[in-house]
Amino acid sequence: MSEATDLRDYQDPVRIQRLLASMRTVAVVGLSSNELRPSNFVGFYLKRHGYRVIPVNPREAEILGESCHASLAEIGVPVDVVDVFRDPGAVPDLVDEAIAIGARALWLQFGVIHFDAAARARDAGLEVIMDRCLKIEHARHLGRMSWLGFNTGVIDARRSMYTRHSYVVAGDFVADQEHL
Amino acid sequence: MPIYQTSSYVFEDPESAAAYFNLQEYGNTYSRIMNPTVASLEERISNLEGGAGAVAFASGLAAQNAVLFTLLEPGDHVVASAALYGGTVTQLKHIMRKLSVQLTFVDPDDLANWEVALQDNTKVLFGETIGNPGGNVLDIEALAELAHGHATPLIVDNTFATPYLCNPIAWGADIVVHSATKFIGGHGTSIGGLVVDSGTFDWSNGRFPVIAEPSPAYHGLAFHETFGTYGYLMKLRAETLRDLGAAMSPFNAFLFLQGLETLPLRMQRHTANAQAIAEHLADHPKVTAVRYPGLAGSSYRALVDKYLPGGPGAVFCFDLDGGRDAGATFIRAVSLFSHLANVGDAKSLIIHPASTTHRQLDEAELKATGISAGTIRLSIGIEDPSDLIWDLEQGFAAL
Repeated sequence: MSEATDLRDYQDPVRIQRLLASMRTVAVVGLSSNELRPSNFVGFYLKRHGYRVIPVNPREAEILGESCHASLAEIGVPVDVVDVFRDPGAVPDLVDEAIAIGARALWLQFGVIHFDAAARARDAGLEVIMDRCLKIEHARHLGRMSWLGFNTGVIDARRSMYTRHSYVVAGDFVADQEHL
Repeated sequence: MPIYQTSSYVFEDPESAAAYFNLQEYGNTYSRIMNPTVASLEERISNLEGGAGAVAFASGLAAQNAVLFTLLEPGDHVVASAALYGGTVTQLKHIMRKLSVQLTFVDPDDLANWEVALQDNTKVLFGETIGNPGGNVLDIEALAELAHGHATPLIVDNTFATPYLCNPIAWGADIVVHSATKFIGGHGTSIGGLVVDSGTFDWSNGRFPVIAEPSPAYHGLAFHETFGTYGYLMKLRAETLRDLGAAMSPFNAFLFLQGLETLPLRMQRHTANAQAIAEHLADHPKVTAVRYPGLAGSSYRALVDKYLPGGPGAVFCFDLDGGRDAGATFIRAVSLFSHLANVGDAKSLIIHPASTTHRQLDEAELKATGISAGTIRLSIGIEDPSDLIWDLEQGFAAL
């Protein structure tokens, strides 16, 4: 049991980078329409970086210009990552739904911690990241987090301000790096 | 490392500009708030200190002012070591009091003094890893435990130790401040300061609404809830640095980055030289006291072994018999030591605190910081130690 309750098992930087580089479609469960809520910051950021963001929120019709779905089951297109901004108690049911729709990964945001459900998702073949922020991890490994003096923990002599880390969109590099 | 000597940044498009100002995307808006060269220094220092991030300022005092301004409100109370750098004592006593912040200075060596000073409105405990110039070594772990039991952050000025000799965050400190002007730069060319935040203090514990509640200065953003680990740093940068305006110049950041590359080598030599000079002075017939915590007889020896195994820095004081006049004569007679008001240069420095850096303090305050009229402060450089001893002997010969 002790092994199953170690958050570090669900925060491996290599696994996180692999997921960030391969994901395209993110269903954000609990995405808020309020621009000051953390979920809205994350959804906005992912859209800006070229990911397809699908809001899952039964109380809204449209958030960040995307149609809302009442549940994961209603989405109807393949989902790479289910990103969860909900009470930890909601996680077990979400794991059932994520498995049912064939999602590749389950991402549980800061404080959304449920070890049993996480283990079940992993056993079903999903990549599981827990108690981490998708926006921060993207910014740490692919984005511009270091621009504001944050400690990314990434030490790389090749890092350059305006080249490969600046304009990473959905795992691909866009043309801006060519003239910089 | 390029120097981004620019005031501002061309935005890709209006949407990007809006996202940067809204803090929805990490982006450069204006060099008073962020700059790529400065950001490199910030990240490196925060990485060396084991923090979540850092924000650089125009000076160490500007960094301290910002760190306190961000988390204090009128009516709050600060408990600080009485053995602090004179400029910090003055800042707390005058500027912070002007903002209606209450203060208690305590003898930092006994934990009980800190404990009895705590009040319901105490919002900060503040000390220096190594006191300037008394050489008091702070019991960081014990103090952090006391602070956290009171749901209060511990702020530690780590200037004299640098991240090479001590990482206060690893011992429980919540925020670390630096004057980069000293050992981080190492060449006495630039003024600058940094704040490193651990990212682990719970600002939403009910005692810090100024950080946890929606901010009227940022269209209702709740910094701690929205940015979590990075909430305090975001507020420090996006509000306090923006509004108080004491930004570090990109050129100074470049010079600090040059210094930082040799920090470990310099600190090894600084501490080895300081130990040798302190031991020489301790045996000297014309010296009445040497306050270097690395000496075998120092009352701080156990704390040095715990927190500063690489040595307790390179700044310390000794007392001459003969008071103020002896101090002036001694300083006049040395020629290799530079007589100036800084510490942490690669070259050795000397000063008479009672007539310079600590001049604004009254007798009782002087005594609390561990200074007398005949006290000389040395900042030992990386020269050949035998040359330094030769120079000090010139001073003694003049007495």
